[in-house]
Amino acid sequence: MSTSHQSTFASARRIQFAFTDEQEQFRSAVRRFLNDKSPTTEVRRLMATAEGYDPEVWRQLSEDLALPGIHIPEQYGGAGFGMVELCIVTEELGRALLCSPYFSTAVLAANAMLGAGTEAQKSALLPEIAKGARMATLAVTEPDGNWDPAGLKVVATPDSDSYRLDGVKSFVLDGHVTDLLIVAARAPKTTGLEGLALFMLDANAGGVERRLLESMDPTRKIARIDFRGAHANLLGSFDNGVEAILRTLDRAAIALANEMVGGAQIMLDSAVSYAKLRVQFGRAIGSFQAIKHKLADMLLDLELAKSAAYYAAQAAAAGDPEWSALASLAKAAASETYLHTAAECIQIHGGIGFTWDNDMHLWFKRAKSSEVFLGQPSYHRELLMQRWGV
Amino acid sequence: MSNVSEAEVRTEVREWLAANWDPDMSLVEWRSKLADSGWGMPQWPKEWYGRGLPHALARVVEEEFANVGAVRAASSGVRLLAAATLLEHGSDQQKKKFLRRILTGEDTWCQFFSEPGSGSDLAGATTRADLKGDFWTVNGQKVWTTSAHHADHGLLLARTDWDAPKHEGLSYFVINLKQPGVDVQPLKQMNGHASFNQVFFTDAKIPKENLVGRVGDGWKVAMTTLAHERRGADGLPAPTKRRTRVGKIHAEERAETEKANQPYKWYPQRAGRVDLIIDRAKETGTNKDPYVRQEIARLMILAKCAEWTARRARAVQQHGRPQGPEGSLGKLAASHVARACSRVHTLITGTDAMLTGRKSPREGVIAEILVSVPAVSIAGGTDEIQRNIIAERVLELPKEPRFDTGPFRNVRKN
Repeated sequence: MSTSHQSTFASARRIQFAFTDEQEQFRSAVRRFLNDKSPTTEVRRLMATAEGYDPEVWRQLSEDLALPGIHIPEQYGGAGFGMVELCIVTEELGRALLCSPYFSTAVLAANAMLGAGTEAQKSALLPEIAKGARMATLAVTEPDGNWDPAGLKVVATPDSDSYRLDGVKSFVLDGHVTDLLIVAARAPKTTGLEGLALFMLDANAGGVERRLLESMDPTRKIARIDFRGAHANLLGSFDNGVEAILRTLDRAAIALANEMVGGAQIMLDSAVSYAKLRVQFGRAIGSFQAIKHKLADMLLDLELAKSAAYYAAQAAAAGDPEWSALASLAKAAASETYLHTAAECIQIHGGIGFTWDNDMHLWFKRAKSSEVFLGQPSYHRELLMQRWGV
Repeated sequence: MSNVSEAEVRTEVREWLAANWDPDMSLVEWRSKLADSGWGMPQWPKEWYGRGLPHALARVVEEEFANVGAVRAASSGVRLLAAATLLEHGSDQQKKKFLRRILTGEDTWCQFFSEPGSGSDLAGATTRADLKGDFWTVNGQKVWTTSAHHADHGLLLARTDWDAPKHEGLSYFVINLKQPGVDVQPLKQMNGHASFNQVFFTDAKIPKENLVGRVGDGWKVAMTTLAHERRGADGLPAPTKRRTRVGKIHAEERAETEKANQPYKWYPQRAGRVDLIIDRAKETGTNKDPYVRQEIARLMILAKCAEWTARRARAVQQHGRPQGPEGSLGKLAASHVARACSRVHTLITGTDAMLTGRKSPREGVIAEILVSVPAVSIAGGTDEIQRNIIAERVLELPKEPRFDTGPFRNVRKN
């Protein structure tokens, strides 16, 4: 091909297409932990609480498995692995639907700190994140739900040696429970991608009002946060602000894509076992081609999306120059696959699949919220075209 | 022989090539030397024109041949499927009679499996072979046969017992095509090409000794042929990227390859030509249309995912891990890619998609894509059969109830 994505083919030679034995073992350990700690009875119990997580499970996940810092370099108190391992964790969390502030703290906030923070800030904050002692989140979107940072309106006004934040953030993951907020905001009188940077502040600081939103997916809590002159510190600098925001969202998109294929796998497995058990017209419904062909298509769809999610994680870990474009590719692919798999899974379950008592709606709702969280598939397809120079 | 080292093989083949390779020989002359020495098919058994080398060392031989630009044994297409099948199931007499002329390229082969009445259900073949004295007499019709018009021999699956169950009443033969009972007609496809033939057998004769395996073993033997076909990427001749070499033998080989590849010229179009999409969008200006951009992105995502899924399948194999579902999905994924390509090419091309021929977009290539893509989801196993295979073998879903058990005579047919 004569276009710019030709280099994707060339660079593909450096990308690993299989997980290493160590990575597979790590995945098994995470899966065992989650099978034990996050059965759907626990998911249902926690999703009905306002906090939305179990502090004891969070402590074990942090202290026993060191998951919040899995991708944080050792010099900052982390385990020193990278995007591939982080995505193994999110894929497993997507399977288990663990109710926890992992995505907000480890994926969003830790990557924002790694991308933007000064040495002093990273040394001070990341060890706290890595050991699970502090929960943090990243606030980018505002009430208009736009994921393009160019349209952000929250203003950071210089005030002696810090800043004052004014404006409203929304759809902030776990924003109602985290200790620390990282906020994307702009210098007064700037527009577009100019004047953007990340700021951080204590979530309980004055001038911060946090409100839990009623989310369709109760396993994923989101908050609206009003800032009225709240004091905040600059994370890093204005020079690296935009880049840090964009790359953090890219990393989050890849982690979310992996989370989504994990959830989709559970729904496919569930649909397959139900099709083998459920008898109508004197036969297992899985013996009808109408059902078995649907399931074969679902498997293909899922394997294709997994390839994108895994490849994007490997590309980000390898520093492939196109990894940002691939983040959008993976997000678009996994979003559509997850929702489609979830919808077809409920279809195969028939009436029982539409009941509250059946667990399938838990993943269906996660699929729906994941579809739009971090940007809809159409948004990412357009980003992909731009990033490929079409 | 299996404990021979790579270095020994390399030295031996190098010396042999230095002493024997001569580009001014004729193809048949040179390949006869290959058959006699065993260097043409080093992985074949020593007693049958090979050297009994393991596959890894056969690759070393290939490299050495490539280094001096020496021509290899004739191995493309159905010829190789015939050889593999005969090596596994053929009698010594058959191996002696056929293998050598396969390697020298003197004989061309074709395969008679599909019939108008049995496509997906290959074992439902109704072409019949009846034993009368020393000869089997064949009557019936085969279809989708490549190269039948210039082949010397055919691999034939025919029914020899109508009272046995479907899969047990078949036998496998080598049939000589140069006889009056065999009528070969080209089969014109919807894209205008005629890459295949249909073949009518009317009291065609097969000598008794050309039965491969035992009577009733036809399905088992055919499975060997099909396994090699799948392994060898549809039995297509490998594209020769060799630079133009001088010498009589190279000219002869080019002519041979040209002839073998002739039926497949439209195959890239059949796969949808995803490689043309972005250039076409730019040259038509449709890359500025937000809807077209969305559709291109969808297609490119699908194509990339299909490519990476194949890479994952290979990587898992290389790690020696049990293959996951990703290995069975390639063919179905390729159908999706091809169809998506056809849709997006149409979107980009607009009303010009009504045109064909040299004055139409990309000198007719776009039109050829649009009318060739329907083949992808049919050839080599329809999408529906692929879905059955994936559902039953990978997902282990229960099979459909069958209506083709018991004596084949009583089974409903076309």
